[in-house]
Amino acid sequence: MTMAATDAMLDTPPTPAGPWRRLLRNRTAVFAISVLAALAVLALAAPYLTNAQPLRISPGIRLKPPRPQNWFGTDHLGRDMFALVLFGGRTSLLVGLLVTLISMSVAITLGLVAGFYRRVDMVLMRLVDGLMAFPSIVLATAAAGYLGPSVTTVIVALSIVLIAPVLRVVRGQILVLRELPMIEAARAVGVPDRRILARYLLPAIMSPLLVQASFIFSAAVLGEAALSFVGLGVGARDVSWGSALAEARNYIQNAWWIVVFPGAALVLTILSLNLLGDALRDSLDPRLARR
Amino acid sequence: MLRFLGQRLLLMIPTVVVPLVLVFLLLRLAPGDPAAQILGDQASPSEIAALRSEMGLDLPLPVQFVLWAKNIVTLKLGTSFFFKQPVIDLLPQYALVTLQIALAALFLAVALGSILGVVAAINKDGVLDRGLVGVAVLGISLPEFWLALLLIFLFAVTLRWFPVSGYVPPADGLLASAATIALPALALGIRQSALITRMMRSSMLDVLGEPYIVTARAQGLPEAMVIGRYAVRTAAIPVVTVAGLSASYLLSGAVSIELIFSLPGLGKLLIDAVARRDYPVVEGAVLLIALMLAALNLIIDVVYALLDPRVRMG
Repeated sequence: MTMAATDAMLDTPPTPAGPWRRLLRNRTAVFAISVLAALAVLALAAPYLTNAQPLRISPGIRLKPPRPQNWFGTDHLGRDMFALVLFGGRTSLLVGLLVTLISMSVAITLGLVAGFYRRVDMVLMRLVDGLMAFPSIVLATAAAGYLGPSVTTVIVALSIVLIAPVLRVVRGQILVLRELPMIEAARAVGVPDRRILARYLLPAIMSPLLVQASFIFSAAVLGEAALSFVGLGVGARDVSWGSALAEARNYIQNAWWIVVFPGAALVLTILSLNLLGDALRDSLDPRLARR
Repeated sequence: MLRFLGQRLLLMIPTVVVPLVLVFLLLRLAPGDPAAQILGDQASPSEIAALRSEMGLDLPLPVQFVLWAKNIVTLKLGTSFFFKQPVIDLLPQYALVTLQIALAALFLAVALGSILGVVAAINKDGVLDRGLVGVAVLGISLPEFWLALLLIFLFAVTLRWFPVSGYVPPADGLLASAATIALPALALGIRQSALITRMMRSSMLDVLGEPYIVTARAQGLPEAMVIGRYAVRTAAIPVVTVAGLSASYLLSGAVSIELIFSLPGLGKLLIDAVARRDYPVVEGAVLLIALMLAALNLIIDVVYALLDPRVRMG
């Protein structure tokens, strides 16, 4: 150990607080969690917060600026933007949550196996390299062709695309951990592989996985919006921030509210998730936090 | 170095083959008949069947696969069902657009991101650092298509500095061409530069704590030399990885940006070709993208080896 490192350790008083306490002491984390909680409540309570139907077309009130009847104005079809933003939040958060759960569970399972068994690793990682070189837009378009544009299609396509990056993180961690003396010891006393994976290795990678989960969630929200924006996402029967923005380009000169409100909701959600990810990383890995 | 390159080339094979096989299967197994699509609603079943057999679509899948593989290997990419043009003549013009935007965005991302990352790191915990960290996390949270809409509103509609959309090839005037790709490159580059800023900052902070930097300072080297000559070079290594990911993302064609700015790039070509069941175009474009990404990975490996001699040994 270097002098500098020893000094740094002596200078910093030992912090007895656990990772969760540290997280709640982090003002950014508290902000991000509050914003996300508020967004979730707004999305869930959407039907009670507005009488407007998000998809009801009212040609009589096209492109109205924000006013008491339509807080966020109306779009080119006369749809209430406030209702579109509220109900769009449901789609975004639902897609984010499910994509995170699906892609993380597949990636964790495959990553544990790949990191632990060298032979599987060789084949699987080359496949992953190839998958990452595959344009995800082709996958999304093909999925829309199979299943038709719908929320389910978006969830399937994004889950497949987001497996690869998590898989790499999990596998990288396992490659390091499997060489630890505790694993060697477990093997020496005859603990079966499955138990080593589930009881020793999986818990050891929980912290980096939690960090990954918030970034995957944010990538999924962004991905859904981008797909819906280009017309490959949720169909015409569902509401999404991305699809609300799809026509915005044509009205940008005279209806700023169509661009600003769904976009701001989207940015706020993604920003909070990224801030949460950063804060989680800092509080779960104290070595990084000291920087 | 030759041995190193040889190994890298071998590892590249799956990154080209896997996407191609995947696209072959996805297209063949997806519902929708290209022959019916081409001939339209008026076609009789016998006409469709005739076209199907002409296109080889009535053969069993394994036979189609062998024929297809042979054509790919000999670079016979076939003729577009829709454009009625050989795919090999069609691709370069679309690839040029994507390449132009990708290079401009990448240049912006690397230049801006590296400088801001270093500035933040040497001002660690200062006002400037806090500001830049905040701007960077906002930057990675901005959807490109939304940023593009805001940029159009500001620079094209209000200030009228750049055209709202459209594309001028470089052959028809370099300046006019640059003006058409400025906003798309900006919209794509800002997010990537924020990613690079974050990586550069944290990598610099790691390096600045290294004993060799302490030694360099203790020997009285000017700070500019410590940072510029010793720290940045080492700190750049992980940044190369992130820049490589940015480049591969940009080369695959950013569909939303191409749609917003009406740019005839690879992303637009791909999304249209899949919708039209234009198999030869989809396969040709996927092959081109896979080859570009493979070449990119090779370049990154070489840059790694140049920056860090240990990589060559391992």
